[in-house]
Amino acid sequence: MRLAWLLIVALGVPALLSAEHRLLHVSYDPTRELYREINDLFLADQLRKGVIVRIDQSHGGSGKQARSVIEGLDADVVSLALGYDIDEIAARSGLLSKNWRDALPYNAAPFFSTIVFVVRAGNPKGIKDWPDLLKEGVKVITPNPKTSGGARWNYLAAWIYGRSIGNGDDSGREFVSKLFSQVPLLDAGARAATTTFAQRGIGDVLISWESEALLILDLLAAERFEVVVPAVSILAETPVAVIDKVAEKKGNREVARSYLEFLYTVEAQRIAAKHHFRPRNPQVAAECAKVFPLVEMRTVEEEFGSWAEAHRTHFEEGGVFDQLFEG
Amino acid sequence: MAKQVDSVLPGWGLSLGVTLTFLSVLLLLPVSLLLLKVSELSSSEIMAIVSSKRSLAALWLSVRTAIQAAAVNVIFGTLIAWVLVRYRFFGRRVLDACVDLPFALPTAVAGITLTTLLSPKGLYGSYLSEWGIDGAYSPFGITVALVFVGLPFVVRSVQPVLEDMNLDLEFAAMSLGASRLQTWVKVVLPSIVPAMVTGFSLAFARALGEYGSVVFIAGNMPLRTEILPLLIMTRLEQFNYGAACVLAAMMLFVSLVILLGTKFLDGGIRTR
Repeated sequence: MRLAWLLIVALGVPALLSAEHRLLHVSYDPTRELYREINDLFLADQLRKGVIVRIDQSHGGSGKQARSVIEGLDADVVSLALGYDIDEIAARSGLLSKNWRDALPYNAAPFFSTIVFVVRAGNPKGIKDWPDLLKEGVKVITPNPKTSGGARWNYLAAWIYGRSIGNGDDSGREFVSKLFSQVPLLDAGARAATTTFAQRGIGDVLISWESEALLILDLLAAERFEVVVPAVSILAETPVAVIDKVAEKKGNREVARSYLEFLYTVEAQRIAAKHHFRPRNPQVAAECAKVFPLVEMRTVEEEFGSWAEAHRTHFEEGGVFDQLFEG
Repeated sequence: MAKQVDSVLPGWGLSLGVTLTFLSVLLLLPVSLLLLKVSELSSSEIMAIVSSKRSLAALWLSVRTAIQAAAVNVIFGTLIAWVLVRYRFFGRRVLDACVDLPFALPTAVAGITLTTLLSPKGLYGSYLSEWGIDGAYSPFGITVALVFVGLPFVVRSVQPVLEDMNLDLEFAAMSLGASRLQTWVKVVLPSIVPAMVTGFSLAFARALGEYGSVVFIAGNMPLRTEILPLLIMTRLEQFNYGAACVLAAMMLFVSLVILLGTKFLDGGIRTR
């Protein structure tokens, strides 16, 4: 009996004392280091306001993470590799509004990236822009758009370029089809493709997020690789959203909202820039204008209408990507 | 209800109950949910998924590499078991323990390691490419990964049978004038064949469903190096649960047929 009381006291008292908010943030793979740093800053900021917050991070492939949330992982906030994955959460679970993009500035994407090329030191194959990828004997490394969110950006960027040089979708298709005939293998995820290119020495050019490309230069010997920025690319927005119904149920609505708003502050934007994501805040963008070269970036919305449409045309079963291989 | 086999120990009802509950919760229920999902689709939809060029190519690749890997494992696994049981040498126990490594190692680690070794610039891959063989990113690479994950099954199936085998039989055969080869083929082999078949079935079943290590080494090109488990993952990724379940059921069916086939073959050998 005494033991039971002891247990109740031991378990109950701390719970009463620390009325803390515990957020679950479900994110995609390459943001691990980024959010670790931003979270520390946010927690300190909240503590000053007298709010105790704890943030648990979960990382994995973007599509897989979206599926977990749909199937009941009680995430308060998500940050995923592409808007389509959050659209799917909204459509299939109804846990947040379909207009989640309007909840925060810049389509709810506090930072963004673009698609660039990584080549080997000295650029032996002379790759300067998209058409060079089709040169005889050039091997291109890009992951499988069916399993990798990053790969979908690569594919759509190539399509946008292909379409810009000729008569619309036909030339887009022709370019992408030729491009994939130069691709020797399709890794399941963006990080795996990076490993194939950088560690195993396979291929002449890696198509990749700019943030990932600059990370390669950071982590591996910078003198072994060069980043080549094409003239035209895609605006790769990596959006965030509060999963309204979950956050509400857990009493975290306010905190979750201020967490995402915090991502737009100068401090958080600086951290994002440090991790090679392009900042939205004009002040921070001006500070690091030298790091991020000017690229003409088209958006998915203006080129394809919406993510849902782009997905239906290109990546659904039997879509254009499947047709490239099945003829 | 089946009649109790004469046993001195009580607890028949309890143990049967636990067995049935355990199997239902862990095995039968998930499988029936899978089949339920499949039954939501119309038969023409199911046929379209099953008979698509891509599904068939992936199924054939998965089955073919799994059989090849299991066959390699039967030969070398039996040899390893033989060496471990019949010879005493320095480091035998360490070697014996090493056989289980593929069980312990996360498959992704195995996949990445093998890919590094077999890729064109890797330790083995650079030699293979001199002979014009693609190490990684080819069906060959897939088979190598499957050999790796399946090895312990054959060794661990054959080993105990060899350990229990009566040496007198072999001596008797020899003393009656049988040659070494005859002794091996006519005396030793028949008694370990059932264990080899079991090992083959286990290694095959394991290889057919293997995903973690293969995605790294396969190259994942549709129609060429795309295994069926990857195709299932791809369908899940597209939120296409129906198609994923159809493919999973197809894989289940094919492996059942092959496993029953080996059992049948094994039965034929035993009764001969």
